[in-house]
Amino acid sequence: MLAGNVQAIVAGGSAGAIEALTSILPALPADFSIPIAITLHVHPNKPSHLAQVLGLHSALLVKEAEDKEPLVPCTVYLAPPNYHLLLEAHGYFSLSVDDPVLYSRPAIDVLFDSAADAFGPALVGLLLTGASEDGARGLARIQRAGGLTLVQSPITAAVPVMPEAALRLFSPDHVLPLDEIGPFLARLDQRLPRREDR
Amino acid sequence: MKARPHTDIELGLLLDAIFQKYHYDFRNYALASLKRRISSALIHFSCESISRLQERVLREPQLFNELLRFLTVQVSDLFRDPSYFRSLRDQVVPYLRTYPSLKVWVAGCATGEEAYSLAILLAEEGLLERSLIYATDINPDSLRTAEEGIYDVERFKRFSENYLLAGGRASLSNYYTARYSSAVFDRTLKKAILFSDHSLATDNAFAEIELASCRNVLIYFERELQDRAVGVLRDSLRRKGFLGLGLKETLRFSAHAAAFSEFVREDRIYQRV
Repeated sequence: MLAGNVQAIVAGGSAGAIEALTSILPALPADFSIPIAITLHVHPNKPSHLAQVLGLHSALLVKEAEDKEPLVPCTVYLAPPNYHLLLEAHGYFSLSVDDPVLYSRPAIDVLFDSAADAFGPALVGLLLTGASEDGARGLARIQRAGGLTLVQSPITAAVPVMPEAALRLFSPDHVLPLDEIGPFLARLDQRLPRREDR
Repeated sequence: MKARPHTDIELGLLLDAIFQKYHYDFRNYALASLKRRISSALIHFSCESISRLQERVLREPQLFNELLRFLTVQVSDLFRDPSYFRSLRDQVVPYLRTYPSLKVWVAGCATGEEAYSLAILLAEEGLLERSLIYATDINPDSLRTAEEGIYDVERFKRFSENYLLAGGRASLSNYYTARYSSAVFDRTLKKAILFSDHSLATDNAFAEIELASCRNVLIYFERELQDRAVGVLRDSLRRKGFLGLGLKETLRFSAHAAAFSEFVREDRIYQRV
């Protein structure tokens, strides 16, 4: 059950997740006010063009998160290659070069754990398609902290390892097919007039 | 008002205890990664709570030295982010050449990889003889490792790749001697580096530095502490001196942003105005 306002959405994925996001992000209108932070497993030593790529599929501003950058509405933030992305309680990002978690830096668990700590019940966590078990424990932690947890249904995942790891570990609030994730997120923003009202 | 989670209270008390007993100040470190590190420490020391860890830290100084490893160490690479070193070589060195003597500061040098990288770069540009490299850290164990200059030879394959990408003019093997599984850096490099204890959180400025390199250190600080640290770096640099940060660090949100101009934007090299 979701009470009150959602202050942030965190999402993670690896193999197949860029394609998944290109189908999710178009569902969010330009005035979708909840900031979104995303960690994908990207190559650590190559400059990432992910922000430009995803920006083509979104009405929102899509950018790499910078250290100590405050979260603002209508923005999608991406973890930079080779850094962990963390959320701080005061509503801004931190980066770290601490050891990889489950062979990944950035790691989804690091983003999810820190976000659960920082935002508690005002958080929504989303775990997408992927080829590693990173993110499952972090998503469970979001649920323990009172946040809402969403998992892409394995059957609609390009690589089901990641969502299946989450489902083995705990019962998320919603298991959604890929084409329902975007509309579901869009409905989370209570400040947004309902589409049928427009 | 929402009550603070008890673990946050415990963490605050632990950091206070460390400051009072050992004068290391982690109180203004960015919390999210600090919490992760403390969680690992709890497992390592088999402590069931942060309070228990605090009790042991106060009573067992040896445990504090070990804890320091969890709180500080960043293992780095030689010529990590080669493009940074290439920009230093191509764009900053021409300025450095104009000075009769050079002082370089590696702030937060951990186990020394960056200090040796800069020493090699300066040697290849013919500047090492007139240079003194201060390499500082708060962890005495890291400083000892750095001073020894002995590294696992397995790591040198990647180091060599980085070195060449960074514009290295010879072969990295010219600068070390391999013995069994270890590689030891040359005496000429070591002679140019002074390793010492310094904290950006509690100590003051050095004087008249031409180049300061402080990479992936500020990301672990809260904004106020970042401002303090950048203030120390600013005060240590001579006018027109250079400051290099980590590739994802920026002075854009800093209180001292106006004291610097962007010199090589993509490699986060700034110049003191």
